[in-house]
Amino acid sequence: MMDKLNDKKSKLFLNLLLIAVFAAILILLDTKTIGDAYVRRILNLSAIYAIVSVSMNLVNGFTGLFSLGQAGFMAIGAYTVAIFTVPLEARAKIFYIIPQNPVLAQIELPFVIALILGGLLAALVAVLIGMPVLRLKSDYLAIATLGFSEIIRIVFTNIKSITNGALGIKNIPIMPTMWVFFGVAIISIGLMWLLINSSYGRAFKAIREDEVAAEAMGINLFKHKVMSFSIGAFFAGIGGGLLATLFATVDPNQFYFPVTYNFLLIIVLGGMGSISGTIIASFVVTIGLEILRFFDEPLALFGVNIPLFRPGLRMVVFSILLMVLVLFFRNGLLGQKELSWKLVFDWLSGKKPIKKTDEGGAA
Amino acid sequence: MSILKINNVTMQFGGVTAVNNLNIEVQEGKIEALIGPNGAGKTTAFNVITGVYSPTKGNVYYKDENITGITPDKITKKGIARTFQNIRLFKNLTVFDNILIANHLRINSNFVSSTLRMPWSNKEERLMREKSEMLLDKLDLLRLKNEIAHSLPYGEQRKLEIARALATDADLLLLDEPAAGMNPSETMELSSFIHNIRDEFKLTIFMIEHHMDLVMEISEKIYVLDFGQLIAEGTANEVKNDQRVIEAYLGVEEDA
Ligand SMILES: Nc1ncnc2c1ncn2[C@@H]1O[C@H](COP(=O)(O)OP(=O)(O)OP(=O)(O)O)[C@@H](O)[C@H]1O
Ligand SMILES: [Mg+2]
Repeated sequence: MMDKLNDKKSKLFLNLLLIAVFAAILILLDTKTIGDAYVRRILNLSAIYAIVSVSMNLVNGFTGLFSLGQAGFMAIGAYTVAIFTVPLEARAKIFYIIPQNPVLAQIELPFVIALILGGLLAALVAVLIGMPVLRLKSDYLAIATLGFSEIIRIVFTNIKSITNGALGIKNIPIMPTMWVFFGVAIISIGLMWLLINSSYGRAFKAIREDEVAAEAMGINLFKHKVMSFSIGAFFAGIGGGLLATLFATVDPNQFYFPVTYNFLLIIVLGGMGSISGTIIASFVVTIGLEILRFFDEPLALFGVNIPLFRPGLRMVVFSILLMVLVLFFRNGLLGQKELSWKLVFDWLSGKKPIKKTDEGGAA
Repeated sequence: MSILKINNVTMQFGGVTAVNNLNIEVQEGKIEALIGPNGAGKTTAFNVITGVYSPTKGNVYYKDENITGITPDKITKKGIARTFQNIRLFKNLTVFDNILIANHLRINSNFVSSTLRMPWSNKEERLMREKSEMLLDKLDLLRLKNEIAHSLPYGEQRKLEIARALATDADLLLLDEPAAGMNPSETMELSSFIHNIRDEFKLTIFMIEHHMDLVMEISEKIYVLDFGQLIAEGTANEVKNDQRVIEAYLGVEEDA
């Protein structure tokens, strides 16, 4: 099997086969030949989670920063899509308590433009947060981004003429095909992959490995941190924009900061510093969280109500999973490695599991 | 001509004066050394030169330009590169990545064209790789190209750290105890290695070292630091016979 693997042609064949299978399944789902609306929705959500998680991994896993701002950046992207894509004639009905800002009330943008604008606005905000905070030592970013997520939610609740406050914005045009979600996911993750495997990506990894050495090698720490952080925010904004069109509605509570913990769980599970691991984990966790919903339903066994099963238990189970993961499987699925056919076949043929890399900490 | 000039530099940490009114002029093209007992302030002097610390008093000139208070990355761009007393490689990355990263400071492509693999960025990346391979080849490290840095034997890690510093296209190399932890044969090898790179890359080398054999053999000029003060400077023979140096080293001679 090893000889075969070293053969470029058979690798290419396997890759093409994988793409074909993937495309075929997506076509079948998209033409409603298989699956139902619920399945399609969860898969679309997984694709969105994959974008946001990879963006978080770019910042946290590849650059070694500790950002918890993903939910906030998603909110910016989601609201941008919501505000600019709802048809003009539907606006008055939505903003029925406080009328929409007269300038915004006249602007309607195509979905793609609004989506990119949302990403850019998220990146701009990231630059504004990063400028003061990224000059400081690492831990401040976690606090600042957490605070930012909370602030943005409160701001969006209160600037009613722009965001319609706590009522949120409904009737966002939905996308008719799964290809929008998966297409944007493939492009976004592809771009991040290209970035990470460029000279700039190597500089990010150098900062993660050892800031002092990176700076001594001529890398401008501040510039590269702001770069990574705002590119991460851009793609989180894109993910948020997709979320708006998936749910057709946005409201501030969708972006309550614990949402960010979902992405944290995903990147820890998939491997800090592994894109393929993150993609796999995005689907596993998103689908898993759906299955875990059953913990939130009241459960009666033999006619006796099990008192534990009530709304909120899902998050308890979730937190325990996260803790177990951090304590015992710190390298996650793939550590810093990427999925390859060699890895798959080694695993299938029962060879030793993926070697752990030492987590030395900053010496 | 002096390439590096340390002018009345004092470095204090709270109440501790780690370096006290230091004056040093390193001559271009030479191998010079900074020695002294533990805690004398040698590494601190390096940290001031490379911008890790901004000196409490005094100035540092590189090629007659005042570089005092400039950040480390800018100083490296100007042509001073260093190694660390406790090896600081990018441990989980390959040997090749370690070298490539040290090329990043001279990149012309911005992150957009790099990401989008524009032709000029691809060309730049290709040249960067060729140059890095050539460097590894010259230093006999090419066989280790795809190894993870922390898996290398100790001596090779030290060598890789020097290679990485060279990859920044430095003119002045600061080595902080390059022979620390090496056995005698590795140390002798290092001695000729340092000579060779100086000649091959037309470098000036300023090194901190505890191995007296190495220092005495290799350095054209030696500076002796004790409690932050410069107590002697001169050739190996001059320094060796200096009464104050002998006193400073009494009982700590075998330290390294
Ligand atoms: N960041 C710092 N904060 C406080 N004190 C420091 C700092 N850096 C160095 N010192 C102190 O300055 C003095 C000189 O330290 P330095 O590391 O420069 O010595 P050294 O000559 O390199 O010694 P060694 O041979 O052990 O490496 C020591 O007393 C040390 O404790
Ligand atoms: Mg020292």
